[in-house]
Amino acid sequence: MVTTDAIRRIVREVTDPELPMLTIEDLGILRAVTVDGNHAVVTITPTFSGCPAIPVIRRALRSRLDAAGCHDVAVRTSFAPAWTSQWITADGRRKLAEAGIAPPSGGARVDAPVFLGRPEPVVPCPRCGSAHTHVTADFAATACKSLHRCDDCDEPFEHIKDG
Amino acid sequence: MTTAEHSTGDGFGDAYIGLSDEDGDGRWAYGTGFDDPLAGVDTAVPDGIDGAALATYCLMLGDDALIYSQRLQEWVTHAPELEEETALANIALDLLGQARLLLSRAGSADGTGRDEDRLAFFRSKEEFRNVRLVERSDKDFAELVCRLLIFATWRLAACEALRGSRDPVLAAVATSAVKELSYHRDYAARWVIRLGAGTPTSHDRAQAALEAGWPDVDALFCPHPIETGLVGVAVDPGRLRAAFDATLRPVLSAATLRLPDAAPHARVDGRSGRDGVHTEEFGPLLAEMQSVARTHPDATW
Repeated sequence: MVTTDAIRRIVREVTDPELPMLTIEDLGILRAVTVDGNHAVVTITPTFSGCPAIPVIRRALRSRLDAAGCHDVAVRTSFAPAWTSQWITADGRRKLAEAGIAPPSGGARVDAPVFLGRPEPVVPCPRCGSAHTHVTADFAATACKSLHRCDDCDEPFEHIKDG
Repeated sequence: MTTAEHSTGDGFGDAYIGLSDEDGDGRWAYGTGFDDPLAGVDTAVPDGIDGAALATYCLMLGDDALIYSQRLQEWVTHAPELEEETALANIALDLLGQARLLLSRAGSADGTGRDEDRLAFFRSKEEFRNVRLVERSDKDFAELVCRLLIFATWRLAACEALRGSRDPVLAAVATSAVKELSYHRDYAARWVIRLGAGTPTSHDRAQAALEAGWPDVDALFCPHPIETGLVGVAVDPGRLRAAFDATLRPVLSAATLRLPDAAPHARVDGRSGRDGVHTEEFGPLLAEMQSVARTHPDATW
């Protein structure tokens, strides 16, 4: 018999395969864990509808819990409400910055097709802290990130998109 | 797109398994890991909604995303810069994700239990319900970004309205899609402005691209009986035109491009893409997309 606390701890420690410095709790995609005896139900929300990490996370949850002796596991996917980068925890933001990835800047995304005459949100450089940075690509290695470059230290870096 | 086992049919079997075998540590990039995208979601059709009509509507929205994703993927290895290739591949992946959910929803709502693979790879051309805009091939990069701007602006308006659908699955899919499509639209809008307000050559090619895409625009706002019949579930596309025009106007103005006045493409006997009547360009696209699944119908990967 695995204790409820143990199950919750195992679930919380599963990491995201694309952002391995973050647990699924840090990333804010872990929505709920319910335990009834030896039956666990874990609910997760994908960051993007095409996110290829979800089946991997589902398998990781099952295999970790299985190894700990919890064999009856259901992993549910919940699409509403949709994930937003605002759900990334304070711990998650710190870990991202330590890994050189700029966390979401916190402001709501301006709903306009182009920033006609308006400034883009400031994304500080995660390495030197400079606010003088610019976007080099709207889409990076994964759908939830964009690419930037620092105008002061000249380092390229990734940023978790807002929204 | 399906639950998968590894193939060991070649001499690299052991090495491949070594890379792709589940180890619980998330070395997923080498494996496959596709499974039911609606796993764990309540897919019961709410009372009072016609399941067959809902399924057809999900096919319409799903096929738009699936076929356009396939077209966008053609740009991978052909885009002008690596960053654009990454962007287009990401946009195609978002749309493929939407298509997987919508096709799965169609298969559950009509009671046939057909999965996403069955619907994507084993329907004939006439059974596809996508609008014709998404099946056109791009003659150059300007056509790509103009068509993407049209598509993303239109689909974003539709998904914004669908967030309030009486079908909870459709509403949930639309909620995620809104966030994704706004990025697609902004990406396309920035390129349309860059080309339109760029050099005389890029301006002329952007204008020509807009003219080439425009005859498919009216059909996007032409309601189909399936859409008008699903009150509270589907969105009437005729009501999206004002939002579409309001978004496009300032972009084209910043791009110094003229709003085309080209006449819409004629319908065939009053029928179009939503009724399964497609262009000549659609056949080769579909044949390529379906070729592997049809050559090896029992394969798993």
